[in-house]
Amino acid sequence: MPFQLTPDREKHAEELFTRYPTRRAACIPLLHLCQQQNGWVSEEVIAYVAGRIGLTTAQVQGVVTFYTMFHQQPVAPNVVWVCRTLSCEIRGAKRIQEHLEERLGCHVGGVSRDGKFSLKKAECLAACGQAPMIQLNDDLHENLTLESLDRILDAVAARTPAPPANAPHLSAPHGHAAQKE
Amino acid sequence: MTAIDTSRLLTDRYGLPDSHTLAAAEKAGAYATARKVLTSIQPDAIKAEVKAANIRGRGGAGFPAGMKWGFLPPKDPNKPVYLVINADEGEPGTFKDRTIMEQDPHRLLEGCIIAMRAIGANVTYIYVRCELVVSIQRLEQGIRDLRARGFLGPRPFGVDHPMDIHVHPGAGAYICGEETSLLNSLEGYRGEPRLKPPFPAVAGAFGMPTIVNNVETIASVPDILKLGGAAWSALSRLPNDGGTRLYGVSGHVKNPHVFEGPVGLTLREMIDRCGGMLDPTRPLKAVIPGGSSTPVLRPEDLVHAPDPAHPLHAWHGKSHIDVPMGVDTMRNLGTMLGTCCAIVMDSSVNMVEAARNLMRFYHHESCGQCTPCREGTGWLAEICDRIVDGEASEADVDLLVDVSNNMMGNTICALADGTAMPMLAFVRKFRGEFLEAARKGGVADGRLDRAVASLLGGRAA
Repeated sequence: MPFQLTPDREKHAEELFTRYPTRRAACIPLLHLCQQQNGWVSEEVIAYVAGRIGLTTAQVQGVVTFYTMFHQQPVAPNVVWVCRTLSCEIRGAKRIQEHLEERLGCHVGGVSRDGKFSLKKAECLAACGQAPMIQLNDDLHENLTLESLDRILDAVAARTPAPPANAPHLSAPHGHAAQKE
Repeated sequence: MTAIDTSRLLTDRYGLPDSHTLAAAEKAGAYATARKVLTSIQPDAIKAEVKAANIRGRGGAGFPAGMKWGFLPPKDPNKPVYLVINADEGEPGTFKDRTIMEQDPHRLLEGCIIAMRAIGANVTYIYVRCELVVSIQRLEQGIRDLRARGFLGPRPFGVDHPMDIHVHPGAGAYICGEETSLLNSLEGYRGEPRLKPPFPAVAGAFGMPTIVNNVETIASVPDILKLGGAAWSALSRLPNDGGTRLYGVSGHVKNPHVFEGPVGLTLREMIDRCGGMLDPTRPLKAVIPGGSSTPVLRPEDLVHAPDPAHPLHAWHGKSHIDVPMGVDTMRNLGTMLGTCCAIVMDSSVNMVEAARNLMRFYHHESCGQCTPCREGTGWLAEICDRIVDGEASEADVDLLVDVSNNMMGNTICALADGTAMPMLAFVRKFRGEFLEAARKGGVADGRLDRAVASLLGGRAA
């Protein structure tokens, strides 16, 4: 089924096109808008964006694959990014990742046992003075301890309904398997 | 006139209640300078003040901002001029611009208004990495409030100079902090850097004359105009590198954070301002002065400049961490000031492991356009892996040097140099550690978090 934006987002998209002298410049913000609605950038999303801007799907695909924040496979309702770059690493980021993997029951690149979380490794998220940290959906959680991390995950898990057994992210192939440590 | 507090100029509204809102910012003085400048000073005079301020770009390269503005070609009515703000803060160790956007977005927006007036631009694009959700929300709210207030629109402050500002989100790519890559990303392309020339001042965003400035650079513009360029410049402790700036410290200090000070604090002062070393029993081993692309310094290295004509002569015989942090002083020391956000490492850190962490970063973030960078970053990460894993020989340490030397200067943008320079410094300054790892077979347990094991809670790692 072709992808369509909701009427509210459609209005936002129209406004985006007024900001730039070219239609193409709206490509990245428009992809964000679609991903917000769809959860990930599917083939249908790419076709929609290409159609709206007047590009080929290959051109849009080229943009999508360049940037790490566009999900090219379905993801769980919550996405956890754990920063592993130097400032975080020397303040305990590896321990944070190990705890996440243990608790969620998946490696980086995978989906948690309960299907509620995707776990990803991030590069520097500009929170170096508040290390270690994660980004959980739109929120940065900083100065983490294992206890505070558990509290944060408990709260989010509690308000996330269990995904149905046939949810697309539960069977999606993952771009990269567990990373070598 | 009361003395200026150089620790609370750019940051004087940090910590006020609702400091990010227009009401709170305006009450505390925001837009008074923009109003005065737009209604009483000609664009050329604004440019002259910024030039007199000797402000060196705060994004990492340290190029004089006033000179950059001077590169714009004479105004052509058929060619709109754009101002683009680089808010793609992503250099490992750097977390200063985010504080401006979250705590005082109106300082940046006021700077944009003054800068647009100076360079004859009608539109500003603020390119913010999409991960900084709060920054984006606060900037967008600020822009909506400014439009409603009439400070943006057809006649800001009653002056016939239409202005608007848009926030453009990135999508997760370190390379987009490189200005031509940022412009490609802004235009909806893959963020691959462009060949220069033409420089953005001549052909930038959408092929039009464009000035790309860092967040902190533009956020400093209101203070420059308020105090006057020369007076603002004189706040610095160094010549040709004016004003106050943000300092950031992360890593093994007691209280890592961002603070303001005059240009020219030393690394030792920065560490002291952050409460000193995290654990007094573990001394300072190394510090990366200004983001991960700047070559690492060791406290035991002393400045050797016996010649009175040497620019560092005043610090002859002193430790590298006692040299004031400035664009020129750091360059003369063989490193770079970069973003002035230091990563402090104590004696628990294995330097091979630290280098590997950064090489993995650069390998992940290389855009792949130029072969020396695409392949070189990959090989540096791979060789570091081999050494850490105990699968290397001593010759591999020299191979790191060889690969680095073949990357420098052979690519379109500075990412390859920004990888090779720190790699070379790690090997040169900690060669013993690299050789030992290669000889003995690997690094003890491959961890960098020994210093904080007890801080994180839970069972011992």
